[in-house]
Amino acid sequence: MPDTDSFIVETAERMFADLADPQTIIHARSDDWKGTLWPRLQEVGLTLAWVPEAQGGAGVSLDEGFGILRAAGRAALSVPLAETLVAGWLLARAGIAAPAGAMSVAPSRPRDDLVVDSARRLSGTARKVPFGRDADHLAVLAAGPDGPLVCLVRASDVRIGHDVNLAGEPSDTIDFPGVTPVQAATTDVDRDGLLLMGAAVRAQQIAGALEAMLDLSVRYATERVAFEKQISKFQAVQHNLAKLGGEVAAAVAAAASAADTVREGGLTGEAALLEVAAAKIRGGEAAETGAAIAHQVHGAIGFTDEHVLHRFTLRALGWRDDFGNESYWSVRLGEFVARQGADELWPLLASR
Amino acid sequence: MTALRFDPLRLPPHCQELRQEVRAFLADEIAAGTFDPHHPEGGAANADAFSRRVGARGWIGMTWPKAYGGQERSFLERYVVTEEMRVANAPTRRFFVVDRQSGPTLIRYASEAIKRNILPRAVRGEVSFCIGMSEPGSGSDLFAAKTKATRTDGGWLINGTKIWTSNAHQSDYMIGLFRTSQPTRENRRHGLTSFLVDMTTPGIVCNPIGQMTGHREFNEVVFTDVFLPDDNVIGELDGAWKQATSELAYERSGPERFLETYGALDALLRAVGPEPDVRTAAGIGRLVAQLHTLRRMSVSVAGMLEAGREPVVEAAIVKDVGTLWEQALPQRARELSAFLEPDDANHESFEKRLAFYLKTAPKLTIQGGTTEILRGIIARGLGLR
Repeated sequence: MPDTDSFIVETAERMFADLADPQTIIHARSDDWKGTLWPRLQEVGLTLAWVPEAQGGAGVSLDEGFGILRAAGRAALSVPLAETLVAGWLLARAGIAAPAGAMSVAPSRPRDDLVVDSARRLSGTARKVPFGRDADHLAVLAAGPDGPLVCLVRASDVRIGHDVNLAGEPSDTIDFPGVTPVQAATTDVDRDGLLLMGAAVRAQQIAGALEAMLDLSVRYATERVAFEKQISKFQAVQHNLAKLGGEVAAAVAAAASAADTVREGGLTGEAALLEVAAAKIRGGEAAETGAAIAHQVHGAIGFTDEHVLHRFTLRALGWRDDFGNESYWSVRLGEFVARQGADELWPLLASR
Repeated sequence: MTALRFDPLRLPPHCQELRQEVRAFLADEIAAGTFDPHHPEGGAANADAFSRRVGARGWIGMTWPKAYGGQERSFLERYVVTEEMRVANAPTRRFFVVDRQSGPTLIRYASEAIKRNILPRAVRGEVSFCIGMSEPGSGSDLFAAKTKATRTDGGWLINGTKIWTSNAHQSDYMIGLFRTSQPTRENRRHGLTSFLVDMTTPGIVCNPIGQMTGHREFNEVVFTDVFLPDDNVIGELDGAWKQATSELAYERSGPERFLETYGALDALLRAVGPEPDVRTAAGIGRLVAQLHTLRRMSVSVAGMLEAGREPVVEAAIVKDVGTLWEQALPQRARELSAFLEPDDANHESFEKRLAFYLKTAPKLTIQGGTTEILRGIIARGLGLR
């Protein structure tokens, strides 16, 4: 399934398997594994994958970075790797060197507006910032007096209100009470660009989690015996799993296509809107249908806290809400398509 | 891990150049009145002449060997021609079956004489094929076919009935599946053979069967002592089942497996105009996201086929998800149009087109492999059976 021959993606995949195995994590009943995993991720350069080498990062290609994040989804990885990657990328787009340590990125919701005034003070509120409290620094995209500014902000300088996502991961409200950033610089990334980048990343993670759900469900169905045979032999179960296969395929294809679009053409223009919106919408739909089928196949055991399944299903469902949910992107895409008119839709689709 | 592979293949630049040629050709045909892109049932009367003009452009059998009139162009180029024709609502019925299925089958399994006789004419758009698979007692369960081919001097005598045979009454040839011996205990698929049937052979009667759309494509085809020469056996005697599977990936993953009701989306966009309300916009956005995803899946499979792989499961997934989507599309368009002004200029056209697609929808998950059959194939690919 890993559709990459990339060494760095393989390394990441191996590291997740060794140090963040979902079953081991559940048995341990503590977060000690994070203390082992995170330094290793930093050591091999995975946390600053999208930061150019000249700025102290690993200079990994966008493609490979997306591959790492799909692998992170396959592992239901619960550390701010995606957030640190996006933060590093955003800082790099403003020429700001990324600090070591965990980062998150704000805003992650379409309606949260952050502003930098003429005295370079950052204010506003960003809701549901993923892993906000675990971050040492925040990369913030704000409206400056002369256009968008990227600000590097110390987490100790902001007020953090604790909240969680569906999977119980930090998803915090961050108040910027007129803080002075460590650094601020202009950038060519606008609000939409950050939203699209975040959505493309979440689409990869959702696709990865769905791949794992399919794998777990197929395996369970061939092991579990009921009515004196493996439940995989029942046609109703087979057809449900086939449907799950279709949803996984859709999520994977849409996410891979969106990632390819970001790599090739960046985050502006109609192709980026179509591709990334489609990946987030279709991935979100697949998460809904896919999680339901995976749980149905597993029965009661999959609903327990002891079983690994919820680590994948709840994350995939929770990730739908970050960087624009299905409804948000559907309205954006639908309004765009309607404005262009019926004759422009097919040429747009066919150009991809 | 369960391997499902959908790489983000992009069509190469020469495909996009070809696309512009096809669009210019279709625009000329529309201007000349050959067919109406907004009239789902239009163009039938001109299908023959259209077929010849498409042939003259080299767009039928374009992947076939040059020895038989083909151009040995790539499957990706064929993909582009197919999707442009489908979206434009062009009347492709005369050549679509031979281009997609029957031609490739003949190339692989027919005698040299048959290939030399039929394929160059097919490339010119002059011959039309139908597929004789289903029978009154054998639909999805292909291997229950009973129509018999019995040995006689220099050939075979065919007796029995095929049914639901689309366009048989307008076809020059059929590739039919007939029973040449009984199934064995070890292999119930044994005993069926593919034959080429010249539809003008004495003893063939096509009885029309009306469809709920008001169309007449279906036929009952009755064979009474129809003589077929030995040369018309296509492939291995009693071994037709071995020939079917590898070609199904082409048949199942093409753009026609999700674009059949595209006109409903086109009509909806015309009816709602440039500034729909938020509910309608959200509905349109979802449909476009789903359609784009399907197309990207389908192009990905086309790329794997072009690369010589056999993505049987991926192709079945495209047809499963694609046909369910195109089946639901008219229903979604209907819901999204509920609050539109009925006296708007575009509304009448919208309602007419929608009615056609609502009536077409039920067949889409039946023809060419039902949802249930496809799910069985996918389940096998996942290692469940």
